[in-house]
Amino acid sequence: MPLDQEIEFTLNGGPRRVAVNPEMSALTMLRETLGLTGTKYGCGEGECGACTVLLDGRPVNACLLFAVDCDGRELVTIEGLASDPVAGRVQQAFVEYGAVQCGFCTPGFVMQAKTLVERHLGADRNAIARGIEGNLCRCTGYRKIIDAIASVASAK
Amino acid sequence: MGKAETESLIGKRIPKMDAPDKASGKTRYIDDVNVPGQLIGRILRSSRVHARIKSIDTAAARALPGVHAVLTAADVPDQRAIGVSKDNLPFKGDVVRSLRDEIAAVAAETEEVAAAALKLIRVEYEDLPLLTDPLEALKPGATLIHPEREPVALKHPEALRPWYDPDNCQTGNIAMSFDYTQGDVARGEAESDAVVEDSFRLHYVTHCCMGVSGVIADFQSNGNLLLYSNTQVPFLHRREFAEVLGIDPGRIRIIQPPIGGGFGSKLDIYPFEPIAVFLARAARRPVKLIFTREEEFIASPTRQPVLIRLRSGVKKDGTLTFRSVTTLHDNGAYTSWGATTPFVMMQTFSSLYRVPHCDYHTVAVYTNNPYAGSFRGYGNLQATFAVEQHMDRLAEAIGMAPLALRLANAQNPGEVTPQGMHFKTCGLKECLSTVAERSGFEAKFRANRDNQRMPGTLKRGIGMASMLHVGGGAKIYPSDGCGTILKLDDFAHVTLITGASEIGQGSETVLSQLVCEELGLPMSSITVVNNDTDITPWDVGVHASRTTFIAGNSAIGAAKKAREKIFAAAAKKFDLPAEAFALRGGLLVRADTGETLIDLAKFLRSMHFSEKAELVMTSFYYEPPSHHQDKEFKGDVSAAYAWATQACEIELDTTSGMVKLLKVTGAHDVGRVLNRLGIEGQIEGGIVMGQGYALTEDLMVKDGRIRNPGFRDYKLVTAPEIPEMDISFIETMDGEGPQGAKGVGEAPAICMAAAVANAIANATGVRITELPFTPENVYRALAAARAQAGQRAA
Ligand code: FES
Ligand code: FES
Repeated sequence: MPLDQEIEFTLNGGPRRVAVNPEMSALTMLRETLGLTGTKYGCGEGECGACTVLLDGRPVNACLLFAVDCDGRELVTIEGLASDPVAGRVQQAFVEYGAVQCGFCTPGFVMQAKTLVERHLGADRNAIARGIEGNLCRCTGYRKIIDAIASVASAK
Repeated sequence: MGKAETESLIGKRIPKMDAPDKASGKTRYIDDVNVPGQLIGRILRSSRVHARIKSIDTAAARALPGVHAVLTAADVPDQRAIGVSKDNLPFKGDVVRSLRDEIAAVAAETEEVAAAALKLIRVEYEDLPLLTDPLEALKPGATLIHPEREPVALKHPEALRPWYDPDNCQTGNIAMSFDYTQGDVARGEAESDAVVEDSFRLHYVTHCCMGVSGVIADFQSNGNLLLYSNTQVPFLHRREFAEVLGIDPGRIRIIQPPIGGGFGSKLDIYPFEPIAVFLARAARRPVKLIFTREEEFIASPTRQPVLIRLRSGVKKDGTLTFRSVTTLHDNGAYTSWGATTPFVMMQTFSSLYRVPHCDYHTVAVYTNNPYAGSFRGYGNLQATFAVEQHMDRLAEAIGMAPLALRLANAQNPGEVTPQGMHFKTCGLKECLSTVAERSGFEAKFRANRDNQRMPGTLKRGIGMASMLHVGGGAKIYPSDGCGTILKLDDFAHVTLITGASEIGQGSETVLSQLVCEELGLPMSSITVVNNDTDITPWDVGVHASRTTFIAGNSAIGAAKKAREKIFAAAAKKFDLPAEAFALRGGLLVRADTGETLIDLAKFLRSMHFSEKAELVMTSFYYEPPSHHQDKEFKGDVSAAYAWATQACEIELDTTSGMVKLLKVTGAHDVGRVLNRLGIEGQIEGGIVMGQGYALTEDLMVKDGRIRNPGFRDYKLVTAPEIPEMDISFIETMDGEGPQGAKGVGEAPAICMAAAVANAIANATGVRITELPFTPENVYRALAAARAQAGQRAA
């Protein structure tokens, strides 16, 4: 097996240094090496969005990202949103609008929604729906997720 | 102190109690749970669909550093078959019968070592003839999938023609069969003015829970087994695991972490679960076994694929006369709950509408295909697909409007059907008329029909379908009960300990609402414990849309006991009769004036410390007033029945076959709305799941192999594709239901495919009887219809 490589990056606002296998995905690093289990494995091939994290502020699928490629960059996970005001409003809206059922998809949607709200789409439901097209949810039928995001987006 | 608020919690939009943790990533699903010292388990599955195993060589895998156990059938001579018909050994030792078959398993220090070890296992196979068409499986000389099993004796072999020719067929591959009769179909047919007959083919789809399957097995030092499991039926599974392991069920504890979606998939135990237990036993370490998504597609259950032949008749005045049904189920290689879906299908055939004469004969046939489990709706999507298309066909045959024919034959409250179901409440007629009115059904239906022959390639269609499903539990198991323990602490905080599992459907919130409603407490004053068999009282499990109804009644029972105790104590203290009190807004008040007597927390404190308060209540809801079916499948199996009608509006592009779902108008008889937010969520999610079944999802199985085991090629509906949804609730206030409610969990998915099929026929004049309605399939069906019409014209 290839040797571990040492990387340094900013994780949820603080500096982090870890040794990772060059084949390891950022998702495995987060969940297994760092114990941050809020980011979920749903497919491992970039098709479900359950593993969405922010890399230098942009939403990406952590399962498609190599851990080593996080070197020198800034990573934010759902755990890192605890004191983010926009994310807080998004999370609150998800709760109040009933956008959460089994909840497995929810952290990924929240990450995606936070960036959508910050892009100032307003409450255009079609634009919101397109913005979350890469996130799958088997429980809710998406309508309440769109409601939740629209409520925050229009309040801005 | 002033007057207490009398705000009721019933019917409000109450957010799910577990939602804040879920939205912040704090919830720990099974894959997020790690047990100290755990090993990672992985399973080696067959690479052949049907083959004899000649040899398995595990020497190299065993020698790999970091591997703690490698097991095959030879290493677990005590393994026992699992599943509904006990035809599925966890490890296959002699023959593999499907691609998912488990041959060996490893437990290793890490995921990487486990994967490397699997690669080192050598299996030699000798291929056996492949059997992937259930019709072939009935032919004489077809290879037998389970030669060890006693053949099933068919009661009415002649009824299965033309699929099964009694003189020239064999029963060796038949896994299960059911026969049901009411009245005299021949008489019904003689009385008919119009008779229609069609064959319908329903495809494979799978649950696609966003959280993949997994289990953690951890033996305690006293030999007891602790299982972290996603089961929907912990108490039934505890018993089944005990049988598998040959130990006392009391020595097994099941803890259920929050579950990443269920939809029926966790109703059976599957080989990976006993395998994880065997690995833990052999390695003497806890073992965690989690699927990959690909494995989830290949090795978790599917919805039951079915062939349906339906013949139905009607009189000129619109009275249904008979329905004669045969269904052929591809059972796959092993038997799980999918084989028993005829129980539910039967109810739709016999009792969705009043039909005096009905017979139903069905067989499930072993093949080398994937096997079907239980899946939200449980056969009812398939049965409704056929029955509701026939309602439109019959209407057309006698020149009646589809709505009028349905209304003419709809069930009424109070009706007892020939199958023995007693509809104490029934909102079907209101569902039908509400949907017709809100969707503008009749005018649109006529306009679309007139537009069929007009130029233009974009066609509009509207179609409707209704459904009947159990809504008050289902008496399938010996008991349909659920227990509750309720404790009140000295700060008026309530702990509700219930046997009913939360699988994301929101039961813990609804149960809390019901308890708080009885005790006049806010939702913030309750905690629910529902996930540990060592603590919670017995429950049969989450299935058949029963949890709100059964566990709800049980929880209300416990809360009422608590209230009685409080009132009895209050009677002494305030020298008033017990009836004089009420609980509101966390206060003990006078029922008549609403005048506050004392803060409930304070009063409970005084009870705790002065009286022998014993503020721990137990209550059980055994049994709902329902009955087991008799040998002829007749009986009132549920205490209440749920009804719904949905109309689907589509736009169809005849040049591409693309069907776009524009709008769904639904009306649901839910008894009573308990939590508006929760019930809307259930219904919207069900509609979109039904949309996927109708339009996008297709688990492609070819030669026993799944061709699209990933979300790239297995298309779930995504956010931009969802329809506009207009949902109405019909509140029939069921007398037995908790606060009048009925179960609704499965209902919303059931009508969709049938309604879309009817909409396609309305748009194009072409009736498509095979799912899914992907552009390719629709395009082909339209082209075939055009060719046929051309031939007729020529
Ligand atoms: S797990 Fe990364 S997209 Fe599905
Ligand atoms: S809430 Fe279950 S997958 Fe979205």
